[in-house]
Amino acid sequence: MGVDQPQITLADVSFSFAPDRPVLRRCCLELRPGQRVGVTGANGSGKSTLLHLIVGLLMPDEGTIEAFGKPRNREADFREVRRRAGLLFQDSEDQLFCPTVAEDVAFGPLNLGRTRGQVHEVVARSLDTLGLAGYEDRVTYQLSGGEKRLVALATVLAMEPDVLLLDEPTAGLDEAVQQRLADLLVGLPQAMLIASHDRAFLQQIATRTEHLRDGHL
Amino acid sequence: MQRITFFQGESVIHRIDPRARVVVAAVYAVLVAMAVRLDVLGVALGVAAATVAAARLPWRDVLGRLIPLNVFMLLLLVTLPLTSGGEPLFSVGPVGVSRQGLRLAATIAIKGNAIVLALVALLATVEVTALGHALSHLRVPDKLTWLLLFSVRYIDVIHREYRRMAAAMKVRGFRPRANLHTYRTYGHLVGMLLVRSFDRADRVLAAMKCRGFQGRFYVLDHFHFSRRDAAFTLTAGVVLLLMAVAEWTPWA
Ligand SMILES: Nc1ncnc2c1ncn2[C@@H]1O[C@H](COP(=O)(O)OP(=O)(O)OP(=O)(O)O)[C@@H](O)[C@H]1O
Ligand SMILES: [Mg+2]
Repeated sequence: MGVDQPQITLADVSFSFAPDRPVLRRCCLELRPGQRVGVTGANGSGKSTLLHLIVGLLMPDEGTIEAFGKPRNREADFREVRRRAGLLFQDSEDQLFCPTVAEDVAFGPLNLGRTRGQVHEVVARSLDTLGLAGYEDRVTYQLSGGEKRLVALATVLAMEPDVLLLDEPTAGLDEAVQQRLADLLVGLPQAMLIASHDRAFLQQIATRTEHLRDGHL
Repeated sequence: MQRITFFQGESVIHRIDPRARVVVAAVYAVLVAMAVRLDVLGVALGVAAATVAAARLPWRDVLGRLIPLNVFMLLLLVTLPLTSGGEPLFSVGPVGVSRQGLRLAATIAIKGNAIVLALVALLATVEVTALGHALSHLRVPDKLTWLLLFSVRYIDVIHREYRRMAAAMKVRGFRPRANLHTYRTYGHLVGMLLVRSFDRADRVLAAMKCRGFQGRFYVLDHFHFSRRDAAFTLTAGVVLLLMAVAEWTPWA
């Protein structure tokens, strides 16, 4: 794969939950290494749907999805995509399912077959990056909304993905933490796709912004 | 949600490897459930109470746990001596109170209390996560372990969801009354709760798949079976063995 080959390509992707109400209509999108692409759009315009399609949680009705140099059509194809593209869910409550923070962050790396030493190290590192050092033994369901958001992001970073797909990363974060997050994201080497309503935030970090309207990008 | 706090204490019992506690509690419960000799059961009750004392649990809360059990026991204690026939000890009016019935009722009451006390001392002192992990180390089927862990994780979320919806109803002027509107609204509430939980289960699974879940849980921290744990297991084993011998050898 060349340096400038797109890591993720959507070609004419259409999708609908119900046949009479298409969500996406022949969407095209390219994400190349180093790009940070913002995706804006009204509520219900299909931003979350787009991100879920990329990791194969939903399957397109038409069109093709190419990720990391290969076309991805079946569930089996998407397993590798999910490992290499880290998705931050819109609702962190869904993403944090282990009892303690450390266990939750460790869940991904353990699944990837890392050794215990490596796992402890990557857990500490991801939490530290997000200013969450000392949160290891906190019980996930007792965290505040913003803390859950950050821990969810830590669980994504701990997978050491090549691409980040962030669904409303700033939702529920105070301004100081938003600023820290913006600085952090700009400093990361990964390409990312960021669905957000927060224009100021996108302006700060995105290299390009796409607007989703009537199912088109 | 009622917070369960016995596991937060500090005592010898709390420091014992959860796996050892699970095994000892299970063997104890089976043994006590099978035993019939009153003297053996008395000793068992004493041992359980001593373990509670060793765990330094607040007695008031422990006794609180015993109340629902004993309310139920009371029912047996009242009915069994009257209904199980056999040689009458004394009679109240036309009904005879039988010696066998009284004995049976006492046996059941002691068993119930002894087992609950032992479980409180040994298992309620394990943090739930650790309990889940202990079970999975002890080769309890994964699905049961996950059921426990996920229940613990999401029961609070579902409860919060319920409270949010109930509050939303209240601020829009809903007051429960005995009418159709009330029943229909409660129907919607319960229905929404079910549907939402179902959807959430889907989304949680999606999130797990995104992080490479393939049907196996890995445990982050391993337990260490120390010398103290061995000592505990050995002592408990000897006590349980003595109880079994006393119960089942003819000459004792
Ligand atoms: N599970 C589902 N079943 C049926 N329809 C759905 C489902 N999930 C989403 N939709 C619909 O698909 C459309 C796109 O939803 P999506 O969540 O992608 O929007 P969004 O752009 O992320 O909105 P928001 O900004 O509010 O997060 C919406 O009209 C929504 O009602
Ligand atoms: Mg969305």
